Amino acid sequence: MWDYTEKVKEHFFNPRNTGVLEEANGVGDVGSIQCGDALRLMLKVEPETEIILDAKFQTFGCGSAIASSSALTELVKGKTLDEALTISNQDIAAYLDGLPPEKMHCSVMGREALQAAIANYRGEEWKDDHEEGELICKCYAIDSALIESVVRENSLTTLEQVTHYTKAGGACASCHEKIEEVLQRTLAAQCSAPAVKPAEKPEPAPAAASAEKPKLTNLQRMRKIEEIIESVRPMLQRDHGDIEIVDIVGKNIYVNLKGACMGCALEAATLGSIQQKLFEDLGEYVRLLPASQLEMAH
Amino acid sequence: MTPIYLDNNATTACDPAVVAAMLPFFTEQFGNASSIHSFGNQVGLAIKAARSQIQALLGAEHDSEIIFTSGGTESDNTAILSALKAQPDRKTIITTKVEHPAVLAFCDRLEKEGYVVHKLGVDGRGRLDLDEYRSLLNDRVAIVSVMWANNETGTIFPVEEMAEIAHARGIQFHTDAVQAVGKIPIDLKRSKIDMLSLSGHKLHGPKGIGVLYLRRGTRYRALFHGGQQERGRRPGTENSTGIIGLGKASELVMQHFSTENQEVRYLRDKLEKGILAQVPRAFPTGDLNNRLPNTSSIAFEFVEGEGILLLLNKLGIAASSGSACTSGSLEPSHVMRAMGIPYTAAHGTIRFSLSRYNTLEEVERVIEAVPPIITQLRKISPYWNEATNSPAAQAFAPAYA
Repeated sequence: MWDYTEKVKEHFFNPRNTGVLEEANGVGDVGSIQCGDALRLMLKVEPETEIILDAKFQTFGCGSAIASSSALTELVKGKTLDEALTISNQDIAAYLDGLPPEKMHCSVMGREALQAAIANYRGEEWKDDHEEGELICKCYAIDSALIESVVRENSLTTLEQVTHYTKAGGACASCHEKIEEVLQRTLAAQCSAPAVKPAEKPEPAPAAASAEKPKLTNLQRMRKIEEIIESVRPMLQRDHGDIEIVDIVGKNIYVNLKGACMGCALEAATLGSIQQKLFEDLGEYVRLLPASQLEMAH
Repeated sequence: MTPIYLDNNATTACDPAVVAAMLPFFTEQFGNASSIHSFGNQVGLAIKAARSQIQALLGAEHDSEIIFTSGGTESDNTAILSALKAQPDRKTIITTKVEHPAVLAFCDRLEKEGYVVHKLGVDGRGRLDLDEYRSLLNDRVAIVSVMWANNETGTIFPVEEMAEIAHARGIQFHTDAVQAVGKIPIDLKRSKIDMLSLSGHKLHGPKGIGVLYLRRGTRYRALFHGGQQERGRRPGTENSTGIIGLGKASELVMQHFSTENQEVRYLRDKLEKGILAQVPRAFPTGDLNNRLPNTSSIAFEFVEGEGILLLLNKLGIAASSGSACTSGSLEPSHVMRAMGIPYTAAHGTIRFSLSRYNTLEEVERVIEAVPPIITQLRKISPYWNEATNSPAAQAFAPAYA
């Protein structure tokens, strides 16, 4: 059974402000399908002052969902709408002397119900924008959705980076395997070959300068392409792979992937990211193709 | 107010006679069964006796077919991994969607490592489709692992028939029987079951001891490697107290077999009927005509299981929930979802699992306690209309995250 605080138990066994509020003029219905929790928050707001005169709730959910709803109604009563909007899910959890990490989403649901009810009162449309994933780090209550978005936004590639950015895995360390799984899944989904890390790319030239780039001669262009391919080789070699240019035909650059790159599941992703680097450094659109397609073209 | 324990599918109370049988082996008879001196010899003999008691319970042909392990999970993992290691050219596993995590989570891991896992689905009553099963058998299948009885609903699977079918195709068959042993008749020498898992603490024995039954002649690869204990098939110094306790528990279970199937069944049926007669919008789940005599799984619509359990617990009544909100994961029970039970009912599923220690008086107390709890929780459920005592006329459809 969960390690609920006395306050949570008290609010579950004796929830405040339950039932239907007949004179409600702001109603928020929210739910989280993962936990099967659902909450209807009803507010009675005085139009002139925007003060919440009364609040009631109905909740389908576990003990902490009911306690969070009860706490929420107690917190908002007597506040103006603007004051109420400053209540965070941590405020709800703190009011209850804390929630188990697996149950923090109950407080998030409370905060969302509040936003939805106020939007409903103001005649606005409320859209839920938070994503919930599987709970990965129980010490810091970090779920997979948060790890995924931080990995994407910051181009993270290692477990250590994920811990630095999110704290996930920074305490008892028992979730490291799960973090690695999320990391691999996210990297595979964004098709970023681990070979070309954005952090290792040279700083892109200032936009103004690149617009004025002088047109390269054929020879200069080929040398430039060779230079770019040379620059990514050490990264591929580090993963026991390699790349060589076979031919350049107009916009098509034909290459051979070698060693560990051959038949690697990320082959397309590797080519894609090298192609991206070619775009940026050459300042023109080119296609990077496996040499096998050259034979087909002939 | 004496507490009422109706969560015997989770674990059972260790029988006092079992504890009494174990105690001397902690103190006076502490020797290592492998030792040649008298300290060890006594223990060795007691283990041999326990092995025979378990052999009798399972109807195994030879006592050497009984391998002691640390419990159900180890037995399940060992059985599946052994089949894969012993037949490296076979990479497919067949199991069901409603297995215990000791099988399912392990299969998920094996799937990531490249093995092929087929999980048989079930119908609304939790029953398997044997035609689908037959269609999946081929010479790439290393093992079929199907539970004998489901821990959440008590639904019994036709494992003896399924083992015959697998055997005819030359495929190893394993069954997780931790819930079934002692409640339904088992006679392994007359079956084609190759491996079976048993757990001590589910049958009033101690925790931390289990058995893998391994039919003589079944290709096998040990999980652990070390000494010669269990004939090298499960090395490590014997858990002598656990083994002796399990032996005694097995003997008692055989004596109480008819109690389990008559008295306990009567109490279970009384409990289920008593609750359903009073609570609207509640229904039993699983295959009602073919289930363990001690298990009742009731779905209470429009309320969530954890709330019910907390309120029951306040009254000293222990049950468990099909909603995993109580078990650390947020999804409702995979068994309820496999049966297609809607979310609003799956989350409100409560499992009452009885034992030979329960009484009529206890059952009557629970029948009295449950209806007001459901009423109280429905009162604050947005899916329920208190005035009409029925589901809300206007369906509650929240914005889902």
